[in-house]
Amino acid sequence: MKPTPFSFVAPETLDEVVAALAAHGEDARILAGGQSLVPLMNLRLARPEVLVSINRCGELDYIRLSDDRLVVGALVRQIDAETSPLVQAECPLLAKGLRHVGLPATRNRGTVCGSLAHCDPLAELPAVALALEAELVLTSVAGERRVPAHDFFVADMTTCIEPGEIVSAVAFKRQDPSERSALLEVSNGGNVFPVGGVALRWASAGGTCTLARIAAFGVGSVAQRLVDAEDALVGTDLGPTAIAASVAAARNAVNPTGDMHADAEYRRHLVGVLLERGLLEGEGP
Amino acid sequence: MTGEHEVTVTVNGRSRRSRVEPRRLLVDYLRHDLGLTGTHIGCEQGVCGACTVLLDGRTARSCLHFAVAVDGSDIRTVEDLADLDALHPIQEMFHQKHALQCGFCTPGFLLTTVELLESTPDPDEAAIREALMNNVCRCTGYANIVDAVAEAAVELRRGQQS
Repeated sequence: MKPTPFSFVAPETLDEVVAALAAHGEDARILAGGQSLVPLMNLRLARPEVLVSINRCGELDYIRLSDDRLVVGALVRQIDAETSPLVQAECPLLAKGLRHVGLPATRNRGTVCGSLAHCDPLAELPAVALALEAELVLTSVAGERRVPAHDFFVADMTTCIEPGEIVSAVAFKRQDPSERSALLEVSNGGNVFPVGGVALRWASAGGTCTLARIAAFGVGSVAQRLVDAEDALVGTDLGPTAIAASVAAARNAVNPTGDMHADAEYRRHLVGVLLERGLLEGEGP
Repeated sequence: MTGEHEVTVTVNGRSRRSRVEPRRLLVDYLRHDLGLTGTHIGCEQGVCGACTVLLDGRTARSCLHFAVAVDGSDIRTVEDLADLDALHPIQEMFHQKHALQCGFCTPGFLLTTVELLESTPDPDEAAIREALMNNVCRCTGYANIVDAVAEAAVELRRGQQS
């Protein structure tokens, strides 16, 4: 019996969830898949007083289209998004990113929104959300606000979620069928977190790059959009000169730290290698 | 709300109703409350996979779930595999191919294999290795486990044809 004692509620509607969050404030944590929260509780690094499980809220288990957005509800498991024909057709970059998240058994339970709310600097999905210009839907008893991904992710394990709020959905921008995308990462073995990676999507028309969205993870305290690296591509022919400029901009923009898995200079180098590889080899693994 | 909650789950085909403290992990519930000690506890932080069970048909870390949060679920553990007088074909192949040494991790590997072969009856080696990322073995070096899973797939397909 590792975790500290807590109270448990399992409401069946979003209204009841936000009411429970309002009642318990900062003492409450949301339990969705629990694949990041429960390890922290077992280690007693997290000691919530109240767990509000959303696992009975069937209304939060949906994937649907809304205008130019693909919307994923808070109870959608990572495996179900990864294998969803709608996700594969409308946001292939999300499906590619999900294949790298955790392990098969944790993807069976972990949720897309839960990974975003957890905001691990080594996680793939925050970078995917940045590259897909996602909006996070934050719901509380006061109503709903939509926050762009670049404002949502603040720092290591830190987002702009206020007490009483839940990430009730995430709305990714739908990709144009002509777009290409890739998610590449390097890790020191199969069953471990990556040391760094990039998520990117881009498009060309008549030999000229018309769109580039690039985000990196593992190379700073939080996933990061690399706008200068994007600007170095748009309007070019995506030839070696443009790619070299984009790679240099990417390396210049990141601020990695070193640890036992990789030092800072390795990570800075890596972000450029993966970006170049993604642009040259396209779809990625 | 505090105190104990009533939980009803189906474990290996049998409905079980218990009162549990919210912090009771599913793995501890299975082992201590139900006496099903085939599910092993390794790291208790979701890394090793020794505690893998099938939760509503999919592999899950039982150390990363609270029993109270899986109320109403269907759970299969390693005890569900063998008959009284015969090993499950997957277990038989682990035995024949020397896919275990100390055996501590084996219950988790078996359930990962069940999930794989129920969804992918004819996996290639890459698919087998991808699925086996769920589990850590410190004895075998995995080669014999990969062989056992491949042979078990052949055996199960043969069984379905006959």
